Amino acid sequence: MTDNPWNNSPDTEGRFGGFGGRFIPETLMPLVLELEGAWQEAKTDPDFIAQMDGLLKDYVGRPSAVYHAMRLSEHFDGAKIWFKRDELNHTGAHKINNCLGQVLLARRMGKTRIIAETGAGQHGVATATVAARFGLECVVFMGSKDIERQKPNVFRMKLLGAKIIPVTSGTGTLKDAMNEALRDWVTHVDETFYVIGTAAGPHPYPQMVRDLQSVIGREARAQIVEREGRLPDACVACIGGGSNAIGLFYPFLNDKNVRLIGVEAAGRGLQSNEHAASLTGGEPGILHGNRTYLLQDDDGQIADAHSISAGLDYPGIGPEHSYLHDIGRAEYLSATDEEALDAFQLCTRLEGIIPALEPAHALARVGDLAKEMGKDGLILMNMCGRGDKDVFAVADHLGVEL
Amino acid sequence: MSISRIEAAFAKCANADHSAFVAYMMAGDPDLAQSRELLMGLPDAGADIVELGMPFSDPVAEGPTIQQAAQRSLLVRTKMQDVLALAADFREVHSDTPLILMGYANPVHHMGWSKFARLAAKSGVDGLIIVDLPPEESQPLAMALADNDIALIRLIAPTTKGARLQQVLSGVSGFVYYVSITGVTGAAIPDQQQVARAVKDIKLHTGLPVAVGFGVRDPQTAKTIADCADGVVVGSAIVSQMHKKGASSALELVKKLAEAAHGNI
Repeated sequence: MTDNPWNNSPDTEGRFGGFGGRFIPETLMPLVLELEGAWQEAKTDPDFIAQMDGLLKDYVGRPSAVYHAMRLSEHFDGAKIWFKRDELNHTGAHKINNCLGQVLLARRMGKTRIIAETGAGQHGVATATVAARFGLECVVFMGSKDIERQKPNVFRMKLLGAKIIPVTSGTGTLKDAMNEALRDWVTHVDETFYVIGTAAGPHPYPQMVRDLQSVIGREARAQIVEREGRLPDACVACIGGGSNAIGLFYPFLNDKNVRLIGVEAAGRGLQSNEHAASLTGGEPGILHGNRTYLLQDDDGQIADAHSISAGLDYPGIGPEHSYLHDIGRAEYLSATDEEALDAFQLCTRLEGIIPALEPAHALARVGDLAKEMGKDGLILMNMCGRGDKDVFAVADHLGVEL
Repeated sequence: MSISRIEAAFAKCANADHSAFVAYMMAGDPDLAQSRELLMGLPDAGADIVELGMPFSDPVAEGPTIQQAAQRSLLVRTKMQDVLALAADFREVHSDTPLILMGYANPVHHMGWSKFARLAAKSGVDGLIIVDLPPEESQPLAMALADNDIALIRLIAPTTKGARLQQVLSGVSGFVYYVSITGVTGAAIPDQQQVARAVKDIKLHTGLPVAVGFGVRDPQTAKTIADCADGVVVGSAIVSQMHKKGASSALELVKKLAEAAHGNI
């Protein structure tokens, strides 16, 4: 990885171009500065790396496979489509790659209490899982609306020993859960480690989460070269905060001929004002510790996001994506709730893989791209989560009573 | 005369041998008219300095009381322009009492640092506190404010120690705001001994007055904190009284708090 010139980003102030930084109350500044030092040290410490690698292999089940989605490729009659199977990880999504690293770091820093925010519950489950594995106290903040629509994950977290705090402030969704987690952190500074679930927040979080998730792209790059003898023409991933996407993209940033394509949630349509497409429909602003593209009104108040997928239902995006967008290194498209539901069913029927609603958004655009690229094309998509958690929501949308 | 207005207010209190009482309220809660009534009455009720909260949708450093006040304000569609208009109304009537705006970075950033600084100066604003803008990120705003003679007031927290304390205190203006607790506004009662030690440490690095806030909610605590600082800030208690009983009752509370802070109880 040392030959990757992109290792220079972010700069020492946590800036990706004009994005990122550390926009947090002074109470937290000394903590994030300490965290930054601890992370820079840990990530080059052979003992820490060995511990991570061992757990990624035996506990998470890495490396995850790459899989040639032959019937979907035939269906679209275009480019060859490969999935990176991160939905096969322990706990069913890419989230655990990040949680494992952050919880190990928390232990190294002598922190005894883990807090996390969660939307769909996947990050909460992954954090509660790793906290249980290491016997640490775990508190998860979750919007009251999300608790209602993600009951199975709430119960999983409780089984794992986590305490769930329902967040009723604001709109009772992911951004409010993150506000509340920050408030908790300000209050319990000495013993608490905040495990942020996406590649956003104050520096060093966007960098740390990218470093931890880039295991996805490192594996996938080697695997696809081994199987196909060449790099893909495009890497595609869904974007909420953007941690699975940056994890896939990062090891490819230097491969100038590989298109990097992120797919945001267009909800009920970009014109409807009910979407979660911060890059396509937002503008730069400051929230949750970083400067990045945000959905906001004409007075700088943060707008509510909407998506059928609770995991994409966030009005911001990781700052590195804002940067890659502005310099044109990555492309950002979007898919609506309806398109994601169609892709969800198509993938289930043709490949026998029930995708989470999040990657179903990516899949919705993969079809167009495959046709556009034609038979010689090669697409690598990150299947970042499995759809078991979404079965009830999908049934509801399809008008099926369970 | 903006920054000097802050200096003069602290000097006046020092001459009278008491602390300054700083009263915080939320602009637009429950609506502009009622919040104007409270704002206008604060100096006569004994507030030496006024902090006017600018509502934000995601105030991460606030406890429930001020969070809900911001939500009520946004519900009646209070805009940044309305907050600045309130400030201008205040300045027209009260020429000596310093007026500080307090809020979060995004609405100010959205308007543009320079434009905001110009409009704030025009509205008679003397200082600005942006809770989520630590010194590392405040350079562009600090320059815009300096051009308009507005103080950028920095927060010092219990976690700010050693070399960082010195760094944060270099280049401050107006006064220093010491956050008396690790927590959100209105959350816990500050420990007087710990606050006294912190204020002493801060004063090793700066000649500016030090005001203390975040956990002060009753006259007794106001008096205890006033004994060890140049100023004492009360927010949540006033906001809560305003919400429950209205402006005149909130002003009654301000009177009691100010008397306590001034050592008259």
